[in-house]
Amino acid sequence: MVKNFFAGRWGIIGVGAFIGIAAALLQKLGNPGNMGICVACFERDIAGALGFHRAGVVQYIRPEIIGFVAGSLIAALSFKEFRPRCGSAPVVRFILGIIAMIGALVFLGCPWRAALRLAGGDGNAVLGLLGLATGIWIGVQFLKNGYTLGRTQESPRAAGFMLPLFMLGLLVLMLIYPGGEGQAKSGVLFYSLKGPGAMHAPLLVSLGVALVIGFLAQRSRFCTMGALRDLILFGQVHLLSGFISLVVFAFLANLLLGQFHPGFTGQPVAHTLHLWNFAGMVVAGLAFALAGGCPGRQLFLAGEGDGDAAVFVFGMITGAAIAHNFGLASSPKGVGPHGIAAVVVGLAVCLIIGFTMRKKA
Amino acid sequence: MSTTIDARGLSCPQPVLMTMDEIKKGKESEIIVMVDSEASKENVSRAATSQGCGVGNISQDGDEYRITIVRN
Repeated sequence: MVKNFFAGRWGIIGVGAFIGIAAALLQKLGNPGNMGICVACFERDIAGALGFHRAGVVQYIRPEIIGFVAGSLIAALSFKEFRPRCGSAPVVRFILGIIAMIGALVFLGCPWRAALRLAGGDGNAVLGLLGLATGIWIGVQFLKNGYTLGRTQESPRAAGFMLPLFMLGLLVLMLIYPGGEGQAKSGVLFYSLKGPGAMHAPLLVSLGVALVIGFLAQRSRFCTMGALRDLILFGQVHLLSGFISLVVFAFLANLLLGQFHPGFTGQPVAHTLHLWNFAGMVVAGLAFALAGGCPGRQLFLAGEGDGDAAVFVFGMITGAAIAHNFGLASSPKGVGPHGIAAVVVGLAVCLIIGFTMRKKA
Repeated sequence: MSTTIDARGLSCPQPVLMTMDEIKKGKESEIIVMVDSEASKENVSRAATSQGCGVGNISQDGDEYRITIVRN
């Protein structure tokens, strides 16, 4: 049996370093500030490009998301780890995906972006990361008390291809209806003319880099939620070393590229309401912990055939639409008109799920 | 004495949690953990090693692995 190098200590550290550097470079090449990669934001942009929400500044089919799934699929097929499976409480995962996205959009970023914001000097990210850790800590208490979403079942091979094919469909749509100068709509797709949605690296660069990240992340099981969960639950620092590596190398790359700007105010796509930066990520962190993976990990799992992770991804895309249509998402001006209510409801739903989903005695 | 944990179909951290619980009970000298993913296999092996246990034979049958953990 060939030993999986990437699942070892230096493997996970190397993968974290690669993601950190790649994110800084993608920002240099056009992606929004401290958002070289953000799984939540990019899925939100996809929801916008499809017209599921009409927030004009965040609409773009992000090739990074397509690449993550495809890269993981290629790795899984190459190493005989493609294993179509589903049936572990999919509807609960869908709801968790919705809530996770809403929480992330109150903070303005997934855990990857929280790390990248920190690496870019955004002090508000500290509150988000503290919230993330708190949410995961709550999730760990549920895990210790028998919380489970139940077993998956092996499923026909085609089931494992559903999300990868959906992603392929997005890529095809993008090629049929490419964005044009000053064109807010091309065929069925929406394109932002200003704001973060209008900022992006060249398509092929984004796609290529994301393919490599997807491949490496599948091999290494890179997960930012798992990093903190395993630390809190088992005192294990394996995944954490990858997460820290991401922050350190993104920071170094930002320094070299002149992208490090320390401070709290005026940070790109960020607000300074500490309580809601914290609370948004508590909700998101808890939802990730209950669903068993950060948004990135869910994409990689879906790429290796996990239909339940795919359902979580669709939940997140739905959550993005809800967040923007209902005024739950924050903006640099502050929280949305109903953001605070959404945090309270999201937390309540997660707690109910945590208390009720447990194995039968 | 040996005991078997069936963690097939469960995603991490549950296979690891079940393994750790059994290790902490400290009754059996040998624990066999059944998992059905490469990631779970790695995680369970890593956890067992971190608890000072030895990971013995890992046999594979299709997508399933039987990991034998031996208390040192």
